[in-house]
Amino acid sequence: MANHSNHSHGHDEAHAHGSLKSYIIGFILSIILTIIPLVVVMNHMMDPIPTIFVIMITAILQFVVQLFFFMHVRERQGNQPRWNVMALIFGLAIVLVVVSGSIWIMTYNGVGY
Amino acid sequence: MLENIKQFASEFFVTGDPLIYGADVSIALVTIAIFAGLTYFKKWKWLWRNWLTTVDHKKIGIMYILAAIIMMFRGGVDALMMRTQLAIPNFEFLHPEHYNQVFTTHGVVMILFMAMPFMFGLFNVVVPLQIGARDVAFPYLNSLSFWLFFLGAMLFNLSFVIGGSPDAGWLSYPPLSELQFNPGPGQNFYIWGIQISGIGSLATGINFLVTIIKMRAPGMTMMKMPMFTWSVFATCVIIIFAFPILTVTLALLFLDRFAGGHFFTLDGGGNPMMYINLIWMWGHPEVYIVILPAFGIFSEVVSVFSRKKLFGYTSMVFAMMIIAFVSFFTWAHHFFTMGSGADVNAFFAISTMLIAIPTGVKIFNWLFTMYRGRIRFDLPMLWTVAFIPAFIVGGMTGVLLAVAPADFQYHNSYFLIAHFHQVLIGGVVFGYFAGMYYWWPKMFGFKLNETLGRWSFWFWNIGFYVCFMPQYLLGLMGMTRRVSTFDWDTGWGPLNVVSTVGAYLMGIAFIFQAIQIAYSFKYREKDTTGDIWDAHTLEWTIPSPAPEYNFAITPVVDSRDPLWVEKQRRAAGKLPKKDAKPKYEPIHMPSNSGIPIVFSTFFFIAGFGFTFHWVWMAVLGLAGVLACLVARSMNDDEGFYIPAEEVEKTEASLRGTL
Repeated sequence: MANHSNHSHGHDEAHAHGSLKSYIIGFILSIILTIIPLVVVMNHMMDPIPTIFVIMITAILQFVVQLFFFMHVRERQGNQPRWNVMALIFGLAIVLVVVSGSIWIMTYNGVGY
Repeated sequence: MLENIKQFASEFFVTGDPLIYGADVSIALVTIAIFAGLTYFKKWKWLWRNWLTTVDHKKIGIMYILAAIIMMFRGGVDALMMRTQLAIPNFEFLHPEHYNQVFTTHGVVMILFMAMPFMFGLFNVVVPLQIGARDVAFPYLNSLSFWLFFLGAMLFNLSFVIGGSPDAGWLSYPPLSELQFNPGPGQNFYIWGIQISGIGSLATGINFLVTIIKMRAPGMTMMKMPMFTWSVFATCVIIIFAFPILTVTLALLFLDRFAGGHFFTLDGGGNPMMYINLIWMWGHPEVYIVILPAFGIFSEVVSVFSRKKLFGYTSMVFAMMIIAFVSFFTWAHHFFTMGSGADVNAFFAISTMLIAIPTGVKIFNWLFTMYRGRIRFDLPMLWTVAFIPAFIVGGMTGVLLAVAPADFQYHNSYFLIAHFHQVLIGGVVFGYFAGMYYWWPKMFGFKLNETLGRWSFWFWNIGFYVCFMPQYLLGLMGMTRRVSTFDWDTGWGPLNVVSTVGAYLMGIAFIFQAIQIAYSFKYREKDTTGDIWDAHTLEWTIPSPAPEYNFAITPVVDSRDPLWVEKQRRAAGKLPKKDAKPKYEPIHMPSNSGIPIVFSTFFFIAGFGFTFHWVWMAVLGLAGVLACLVARSMNDDEGFYIPAEEVEKTEASLRGTL
């Protein structure tokens, strides 16, 4: 990196990268959210449909935890635009298109069988 | 024992075709010549230090463009072989199987190993200079991207002489590409060649997005960026979201072939249609990936050579971003005939037609930029002017293809072939040529010869129309793509002869370009101004070729065409004739690294092992990859500083003020 006067690398912005406390909270939360579905499935605690719902809800919460505690979505530099959030929203839109589009296309495709 | 070796060799090497033997011999000779030449002139160390391990974006860009031109030769030879085979009905020049391999490699080479590296080469050469940066955001990653691309491309090309080429079409549709119907290593070469270079493409996308967001010169807000940089920005966004889809799709296909999976097989719950659905989710954005930078190049060229500011800058930016976004919503138009139902087809037909609107906006902007401009017809402008009618016709036939019910007639016919060649040659290739001619002086410090360039230009253009206009008619007459021969009574004979003549005219044009480059190197006239075209943007404020640190003093920008505005102010006497003596500071530079080329070579070895199902070799290669990752992580090299005095000396000698 040619012109890094170290600011561009963010060494002096450790606060923006999260503290040890937030990392530990994130770590504990993500462990809990992993254990919940594992316990539910291993011990056959629920019927299949509720089990799937539990897995999906904990997965979504897991996603949120990862984003906030590890992926720095809240971070921004100065008054720069929130690139992380923009990329996230665009990415979610594309994932939505990929998944729903595929389901849509492939459903009708099955008609011919 | 000897029998075993013979048996192995006859399967390992491609045998039985005189064309292949000829290629074997010429490849061997060229390789020996290169090695002998490097040894004789004692250039190994020079090559290693200055090129193979470089992290300088300008040199990486030049290597990309060189590789692209070599690949264009290879893909072009494939094209001429196909056109020769189709010149006369019932011609027996290529066997049908060989013909399948040729059209497959032609497509893959031209899109993935010609257009993509040509584009990345221009990114590398231009973007950091255009935004006033000293390098890209991650120079080491940049070098890694190049070598991953290069060795991926070499792995793919190796299939020509070892193991046999892939032959299931450029997108390798199952079930034909599955193990059941394609047991040879050809499809594995396809998968691994593209996967390895695909990692490089994704990394380049990330690298340039970060570079553009983070490393612009002070004062250059997003809406003051040059249009080429905007196009790179849009392209990188598409790359980052589209290439993972390709990686996953090919990985699933590989699991089918290697591990007995059933994702896309006909039995076991697989569905080949899903592959087609997924691959086009990458494949359609991919065509916008290659065309958007061409749009950016035309925008730069058209304003410089019309001596005007670009008309409708804001609408250009919006058009580009809309194209980038909508490109993710059109993929199903590649398989309207798959039978997904009327509502699916209607949705994707409309989204496809929508793309024509922002594209039309851009065409009008270029025309209005030219309107009342004092146009100079240098080579970059010639290619730009030729692009506009070619792309309009290509775009309109694209809208015809987007009409889903009509597409049932056009689908996979020569009409389609003519359409996408018209937009890919008339748009992408013309664009990259314009870019190459425009930025060549910045890369090497001299212009390419004008006369030879014009010969090449006219041969390309006439050849292009002679080749592809008949193909529209052939498509309407019922000729389908990928047929290796046809009978006299089809009536396709005359138009095919014409088309073949056109292809050869383009071949001649390519030879003219090769001569042009060699001639211009020999009789070069050094450009001392650094601003040979009287241009508008930052890359022309520094000497040509640019010094390794690019900008001795980081420029400060307050307008969209900083150099143009500065020149106008100077002419109006608002700026002092001579600037005050600038105060130089030491410049921090990244160190060269040999890891990228070694890393990529290990990836090559792993890919080769997977191709032949030699697990020991694949494991060896992946272990090497891991070792390189570790070695890089342990590396604490912080780069080095160029002292201020040395910067001052270099600047003085380059600017001729010593």
